[in-house]
Amino acid sequence: MAQSSQTGAADIAATSGSVPEAKLIDHPGSDFMMDVFKSIGFDYLFANPGTSFGGLHESIINYCGNQNPEFITCMHEESSVAMSHGYAKVEGKPVLTMAHGTVGLQHAAMALYNAWCDRVPVYLVIGNSLDVATRGGEVAWVHSVQDAASMVRDFVKWDDTPASLQHFAESAIRAYKIAMTPPRMPVVLVADTDMQDNPIPSGEHLSIPKLTLTSPPAGDAAAVAEAAKMLVAAENPVIVAGRAASSGSPVGLQLMVELAETLQAGVIDQYQRLNFPSHHRLNQSLNPRGALANADLVLALEPGDLYDTLRAARQRHPLKVISVTSSDLYLKSNYQDFQRFNETDLAIAADAEATLPYLIEAIKKLMTADRRVAFEARGAKLADASRQALEQARVAATYGWDASPITTARLTAEVWAQVKNEDWSYASEALFVSNWPLKLWDMNKHYHYIGGKGGAGIGYGAPATLGAAVANKKHGRFTVNIQSDGDMMYAPGILWTASHHRIPILTLMHNNRAYHQEVMGIQSTANRRGRGIDRIHIGTKIDDPFIDYAKLAQSMGVRAEGPIADPKDLAPAIQRGVAAVKRGEPYLIDVVTQGR
Amino acid sequence: MNKWMILAVFLAIPAIAPAQNAAPAGNAENGKRLYMKNGCYECHGTVGQGAQANPQAPKLAPRPLVLAALIAYVRKPAGAMPPYVSKVMSDAELADVRAYLATIPEPPPVKSIALLNP
Repeated sequence: MAQSSQTGAADIAATSGSVPEAKLIDHPGSDFMMDVFKSIGFDYLFANPGTSFGGLHESIINYCGNQNPEFITCMHEESSVAMSHGYAKVEGKPVLTMAHGTVGLQHAAMALYNAWCDRVPVYLVIGNSLDVATRGGEVAWVHSVQDAASMVRDFVKWDDTPASLQHFAESAIRAYKIAMTPPRMPVVLVADTDMQDNPIPSGEHLSIPKLTLTSPPAGDAAAVAEAAKMLVAAENPVIVAGRAASSGSPVGLQLMVELAETLQAGVIDQYQRLNFPSHHRLNQSLNPRGALANADLVLALEPGDLYDTLRAARQRHPLKVISVTSSDLYLKSNYQDFQRFNETDLAIAADAEATLPYLIEAIKKLMTADRRVAFEARGAKLADASRQALEQARVAATYGWDASPITTARLTAEVWAQVKNEDWSYASEALFVSNWPLKLWDMNKHYHYIGGKGGAGIGYGAPATLGAAVANKKHGRFTVNIQSDGDMMYAPGILWTASHHRIPILTLMHNNRAYHQEVMGIQSTANRRGRGIDRIHIGTKIDDPFIDYAKLAQSMGVRAEGPIADPKDLAPAIQRGVAAVKRGEPYLIDVVTQGR
Repeated sequence: MNKWMILAVFLAIPAIAPAQNAAPAGNAENGKRLYMKNGCYECHGTVGQGAQANPQAPKLAPRPLVLAALIAYVRKPAGAMPPYVSKVMSDAELADVRAYLATIPEPPPVKSIALLNP
């Protein structure tokens, strides 16, 4: 033992002349960076650890005591950003997110793109080593880059690479303001490793700018007045909403209800957010074609694919269109998320949610007794149509009710029965389960539904719902995730994150044992070519072996059960899951399902 | 008549022609095998219940289309459905598939399912 110690001492002595003397660092720059972030008020940090932001990491856990923000350990940078995406849509503000400037950002890129397309503020800080003299060894070199944010500049709203701590403070505050101003989008801030690690220069008087969020842009008064005039005069106006209720707060939804009820106009919710209560008597989303059949005016509020929504109606009859969208204020050209060009009769470049109070007020000023009578008659017809559509949906849900694999309608109905009396949040996208939750669940709060991926990038679902669950946790809400199997396998590490951080979430696997969209796509292609469809399973099916999602979850500490293929077994399993989640745990039920 | 009207006519056939459905030709057991093997279930569900979104696929059962209409539609479909040429599914095989669809019972009445009644 003694000899060994002496040998070690000799080794140190032999090498000490060739390496710089180790220094103790008081007040590293990363402490100040965290002061800046604390001033913004981040509740959490979502990150997979990375050396290039190691200085910040150490400041969070020691200088900040791992509070505000609390470090939530993610197992992939794509998961970190997708979790931030889901969190922001529930909470209305971003968390802090960090990644390596090169390999981490490369992992994170698709999730950033989803958030960009979905108009969601993600606040991403990436580490990078610019100074070659201090960069370190081989790995530090391959992890360094001249212009770290360039890779994602096409689909972030703003980025900066600060050259000093004061610069960092100003850019950090500016980045937050920019991300939170509609159209809300991701921002990237580069934190140089030397700036993190070096002591704050003595005598330097650093200051943190005050954060004042920019008031969202509301529509021009004259344009809003003209829109109100057109809406009051129209015989059958229809409201089409994509991300109208965009602030991640109750306000947008309340305003949408007030607008529709004031006009007694039908609403087609494109459900990129919950813009309108799913069972409201004016909700016409289950039959958009019917709602548009006699429309003479469409009010499009932060619409998604408006061209496709209106195409059939426009082919049949004249249709005036008013658009209110912040997308008219900010666009880039490379990625094509702006969709087909839409002809409009009045285009208002503004945030729809911020414009609604003024529009509602202007409409009320123009209301006459005659128009009110006409509006009430219109509303009664719409209520009837809405009631019929909901009834038809319930009847449609009975088909295949006892089938195995389990229908997505049955799965959705079984879950609803057991969570409807909770303060619930359906955090996953409904598209892959035939939109059943939007039909069968009475959604009337902004966190009841938060839309989908934005950029249609698979790998969003599992982490985004977990991010939403983190946001819901502090409000005591019950988070539900009906989870596509293919999407889960992009980011299975989120199960460990849920377990480790005790994040309550009920996950029900929509396990159709395939990349089902691609199954149908390849089948369609093969059929159109008349070459047979006996090989369409190649590259599309997730079988041989089937994945045991319960075991996967259990391996990471998440209580789980399944696979369940008999619908009669669902209710007791969900009952156990609900009990576990109410205790504060994540719980997973593997359900073998129909394709859609 | 546009394609939507044609589709509407086809979809209406089950409701107006139950008598023609009473004696389906074909082998239901083989039809079920073909229905699964040829991927009909991928969009329309294993018991022909259809899909409500992404894509919208009409329900095929119970009370399937009469065979002639089924064959005509499969060969020249509308909307997102791809055509099935006879090399992929022969008329006889489609008769078997139809026979399988005809064995699928009516769903329970919606009022009998507590979960679907608010």
